[in-house]
Amino acid sequence: MAEITITDRIDGLLGQWGNQPQNLLQILIRVQQSLHHIPATAIDYLARKLGCPQVQVEGLVGFYSFLHVEPRGSYDILFSDNITDRMLGGQGVAAALAERLGVALGTTRSDGRVSVGYTFCTGMGDQGPAALVNGYTMTRLTPDRIGQMVELIEGAVPVTDWPQEWFVVEDNIQRRDILLQTALPDGAAIDRVLEIGVDALLQEMDASGLRGRGGAGFGTALKWRPCREATGADRVVVCNADEGEPGTFKDRLLLQRYADRVVEGMTLCAAVIGASKGFIYLRGEYLYLLKGLEAELQRRRESGLLGRSIRGREGFDFDIEIHLGAGAYICGEESALIESLEGKRGHPRVRPPFPVTSGYMGLPTVVNNVETFMAAAMIGVQGAEWFRSRGTEESSGTKLLTISGDCARPGIYEYPYGVTVEQVLTDCGAQDVQAVQVAGAAGSCVPPSEFGRQIAFEDLATGGSFMIFNQGRDLLEMVENFAAFFVHESCGFCTPCRVGTSLMHKRLTKVVVGHATRADMERMCDIGALMRKASHCGLGQTAANCILGTMDSFPALYAERLRSTSFEPAFDLDASLQEAREITGRDDPGAHLKGGGV
Amino acid sequence: MTNKTRVATASLAGCFGCHMSILDIDERIIQLADLVEFDRTPITDIKEVGECDVGIIEGGVCNADNVEVLKEFRRNCKILVSLGACSINGGIPAMRNQYTLKQCLEESYLHGIGVEDAQIPSDPEIPLLLNKLHPIHEVVWVDYFLPGCPPPADTIWTFLEELLSGKPIEFAYRQIRYD
Repeated sequence: MAEITITDRIDGLLGQWGNQPQNLLQILIRVQQSLHHIPATAIDYLARKLGCPQVQVEGLVGFYSFLHVEPRGSYDILFSDNITDRMLGGQGVAAALAERLGVALGTTRSDGRVSVGYTFCTGMGDQGPAALVNGYTMTRLTPDRIGQMVELIEGAVPVTDWPQEWFVVEDNIQRRDILLQTALPDGAAIDRVLEIGVDALLQEMDASGLRGRGGAGFGTALKWRPCREATGADRVVVCNADEGEPGTFKDRLLLQRYADRVVEGMTLCAAVIGASKGFIYLRGEYLYLLKGLEAELQRRRESGLLGRSIRGREGFDFDIEIHLGAGAYICGEESALIESLEGKRGHPRVRPPFPVTSGYMGLPTVVNNVETFMAAAMIGVQGAEWFRSRGTEESSGTKLLTISGDCARPGIYEYPYGVTVEQVLTDCGAQDVQAVQVAGAAGSCVPPSEFGRQIAFEDLATGGSFMIFNQGRDLLEMVENFAAFFVHESCGFCTPCRVGTSLMHKRLTKVVVGHATRADMERMCDIGALMRKASHCGLGQTAANCILGTMDSFPALYAERLRSTSFEPAFDLDASLQEAREITGRDDPGAHLKGGGV
Repeated sequence: MTNKTRVATASLAGCFGCHMSILDIDERIIQLADLVEFDRTPITDIKEVGECDVGIIEGGVCNADNVEVLKEFRRNCKILVSLGACSINGGIPAMRNQYTLKQCLEESYLHGIGVEDAQIPSDPEIPLLLNKLHPIHEVVWVDYFLPGCPPPADTIWTFLEELLSGKPIEFAYRQIRYD
């Protein structure tokens, strides 16, 4: 009977998703949500129904962290394990919950009731420790809440009946500038492009100097224009809401409070490039935003701002579909994101061709960050000069910074580009600062001697992440956290990244436990340089940044842990025989090894 | 004493496949014999390694004896080469790392199919196993890594030829391409 239920359920999902193979990931996410895993029967059935090989379905399940072939608990709890969550005591509350529930961290309890484990940054760095329960975000977890949670789980209380205050995600806006201060009436940007025409609008965008807010800073008009000019039966607008860079949480605010402007920006883009189809690729960790976004899209359809004949203009048809991610950081890379939208593993594509000429299903596609679309909508109405009233020559406008770590006032700050690190630290009440990690795990670790540097594309570019570490912190814990992050998030497609991230993490661990020598440092430099040069995409090219950068800027971090010998084993040789000694009861000279290197 | 380059090789936790691949250089082994003198190798059956220019290690480090042999190689060889997937990453033998040593030994000696007189050996003659299997560079410094399972004979030959003639180590793309 159970199998009939599964296939019935999948038939329902297939119908809902138009029996399209490119929606396979979306279907699997729903199967995981309702059955807590992807059963073999589901894989087999989906493969047959969609006419794709079974391994293709299995390959998807294997790739995405939030999909599982083994059942997860009815309550699937994943604690955010970014370094900032750790600094707020996240590992302590995770361990306490696991202990009280009688389940080992990273496993599912034998009765199938609950799983407790870790995931990487869930975008709640300013209100951690955070966790996901069945995909929904919980913030500010305390030992007290953990105690209550145990009772709710043991009492089989549905998550929907848990205290609502646990699920509150605060906006936490600490500083507003032109973007967050200025109003944008519904449809104003769309009306403007319909009024002045696409060419004039593109000129305005060009003049504004708007560059991509995800961090890479590619000129927005430089993306939109070639996409408009590319040949193709249709065009596609994609909003990259896969906000996965550790310590970044601005999109969560924009999608919750300013979704109208983001969608307005997407619609403006559709008008410019001539697209009829749009996607919001929402990271799986932001499941809690899905309902609100769906409602916003519906509201706009009913107001004639989305759908057929937008604003009454015959032929201006554009609608948006939301696709969820499933725990893969690499899908923030635009070509991997497109692969994921097509229901595939998130492997970055070989470029060229670039998405503007060949993106989603081979159609010319614009992929922009959430904040970029919002800024585009605002520029459409307020004009280039308004935008250029803030920022620097090369980096016009403002940037949302997401501040977390050691400071009195973590949260979201809108600053004109060009603001110094020093100024930001003063504003958020940070003292005794040892370092600031700008732009996330792949970014730069800035020492106090460089706090005069500016947040700008020409100096410190960032998608928003700004994590502060005071003098009491061991920075190597941060480095280790990021190195482990990249081991997990490497998509595995190319060897320099897949193997390199692991080699780097292992060597770094050798430093942390005090077994490393100067020789290990040199080897890390070699491997890191190779990763930069030979990796297929930006992930691998930047994955070694944190280790190489801190070796350079904070040499004492490493030096004080190094042995003075030429080389040491990575582990304690004699101790590694302990288990065998216990099993065999041996303690003769042959049952021991001398330590040390050669 | 000759002034030929002295080479030693050993297989630790490997399958000897890399050594077979060395033999696959076929008739070029005569050329090699003109250039080098073999010290401890499975071919010469010399038990202890003497002063050498080059040491080549196949296989990872799984037990106390592997550690001793590897350290002896490092002490005596000017250049140490990690040959093949197992010595570089642990390879197939490292699949045991997902289990505890106790689970592995119990499966083999106590609960396995067809086991008679079940007992885990504890004879001092038998080297004790390490908790986990390690690639060799986690125990000693390694100068060169030659990947492959096994590295093709042609790649090994190119490497040795370049090393012996003092040229920089360079490969044609096809020699180090494995997909």
